[in-house]
Amino acid sequence: MKGLYAIFRKETANFFVSPIAYAVIAIFLLVSGFFFWANVSFMSLVSLQAANNPMIAERINLTDVVIRPLVQNMSIVLLFVMPLLTMRLFSEEKKSGTIELLLTYPVTDLAVLFGKFLAAALLLLVMLAGTLPFLVLLFGIGDPDPGTLLSGYLGLLLMGAAFMALGIFISSLTENQIIAAAVSFGSALLFWVLSWSSTLSGEKVGAVLRQLSILEHLESFNKGILALSDLSFFVLFIAFFLFLTLRSLETNRWRG
Amino acid sequence: MIEVEGLTKFYGRLAAIKDVSFRVKSGEIVGFLGPNGAGKTTTMRILTCFCPASSGEARVLGMDVRNESLKIREKVGYLPENIPLYDWMRVKAYMDFVARAKGVAAADRPAEIDRVAESVGLSQVMDKIIRWLSKGYRQRVGLAQALIGDPPILILDEPTIGLDPKQIREIRRLIKGFSQNRTVILSTHILPEVSQVCDRVIIINKGSIVAEDSPENLTSGHGKSSRTQIAVRAPEEEVRSFLSTLDGVLSVVPARAATNDENAVIVEAAAETDVRPELARAVLGKGWDLLELRPIHVSLEDVFIDLVTEETEDEASAGVAGQKEEAS
Repeated sequence: MKGLYAIFRKETANFFVSPIAYAVIAIFLLVSGFFFWANVSFMSLVSLQAANNPMIAERINLTDVVIRPLVQNMSIVLLFVMPLLTMRLFSEEKKSGTIELLLTYPVTDLAVLFGKFLAAALLLLVMLAGTLPFLVLLFGIGDPDPGTLLSGYLGLLLMGAAFMALGIFISSLTENQIIAAAVSFGSALLFWVLSWSSTLSGEKVGAVLRQLSILEHLESFNKGILALSDLSFFVLFIAFFLFLTLRSLETNRWRG
Repeated sequence: MIEVEGLTKFYGRLAAIKDVSFRVKSGEIVGFLGPNGAGKTTTMRILTCFCPASSGEARVLGMDVRNESLKIREKVGYLPENIPLYDWMRVKAYMDFVARAKGVAAADRPAEIDRVAESVGLSQVMDKIIRWLSKGYRQRVGLAQALIGDPPILILDEPTIGLDPKQIREIRRLIKGFSQNRTVILSTHILPEVSQVCDRVIIINKGSIVAEDSPENLTSGHGKSSRTQIAVRAPEEEVRSFLSTLDGVLSVVPARAATNDENAVIVEAAAETDVRPELARAVLGKGWDLLELRPIHVSLEDVFIDLVTEETEDEASAGVAGQKEEAS
């Protein structure tokens, strides 16, 4: 994959030169931090009550009261911010015409795509790494379950990457960044809530819809369950949309 | 070096180029000349492997653009029409990116960037952000990215558009300089550019090649008649009727409105005859004052306009004929 690293470097530089990276990371950490504070405060409140009631005390622990809600909240914040990271990846190049030069360099479309995807993935990693202080605090005040924590974060990473693949594909369809962001957000949201409709539809259709829903698969990660089916859902989701992006790039070539 | 045969490209139903064939030899500078929308950019995009042709073949260095696209892209430097650059980058970082993307080895990269920057005169602005560069420097950055990796073929789409005359001259000088060990294809609609820079001209109109020759041959071979402008002091009617009786003269038309008895007319004669001595003798023989006598050279512009409009007239008449047929 010659040229992949060049494109990865360029895209990463673009994220940090244009203030997108700082804005998105700052907002993500601010909102996540707020949720973390709220969850911890709630924990301290119920702990106080639990001191008088041993029945409650048995049922509350850091993992259930702080970590799992925190991961859920962060996944919603990611749903909002991922389209902002992916919206410009191809549409900006299409608008300014730089894609014409990029695609005439001796670099395969696949290398271009992965360069961009990995640059966005790096940003996602930086965002998630920014929440590490929360975890350090948690380990300082209590005894959270590291397994659930790890699988929850793995779920976040996979879900973020899935949104990225979807967002990159949509970005390759339009030269307007606002449209790219809006459509990415809307379709990500649909994939997210698809399972809600499953109870309203028939049994067979409902089962399919549940399997396609991101939330459904994310939940098991958050419960600390690492299942092959959930893992492969995200991997296939990402691969499918990256494949569509490659086809979209080829269509662009034919259209000139 | 570059062989194109029967190349056709459709955008939807519209054919941008139709059955275009030409060859470019190693070391040549070839100019694509044509009005806007003639298909110059499309042809270049096919050669640079940006977009595939609908049918026909294009080979660069013996490699087919369809099958060996990546190898060709290593050998071709391309400057698209509007010089799309990453505006937010600094010149040096941009050139570094291009060198990496083109696969220039890490050890050679700084030297390569310096060499190219030097050759297009960018050394002064290496630390500037591209967005704030003047149009002339932007153009140089565009040329620089095409030159990185030392490709043997350069394809430049309208390399001097939007520049001031001084910058145009500099860019042309640069292009002529590149050509010593390179093949260059450039497109333009500035006619003097072609005669100054190119070894060969391909005139393209409405997606088809209408002429292909050296600029000299095009201008000399084109004229069906030679024209001479002559100004004399005498009444207009008399001048015209007298001059048209002379040997070899085909027609006489006024060149400009007469002022103070000074009459300028254009005398058209057969291409191979030089009527100037005859004209001078005749005018003096009449006792008139001869004020001006000069041949009118056919410029590439005339050739171009002729070729491009001939085509349009043909088509227009064909269209009318078609309508008549339909009507009947």
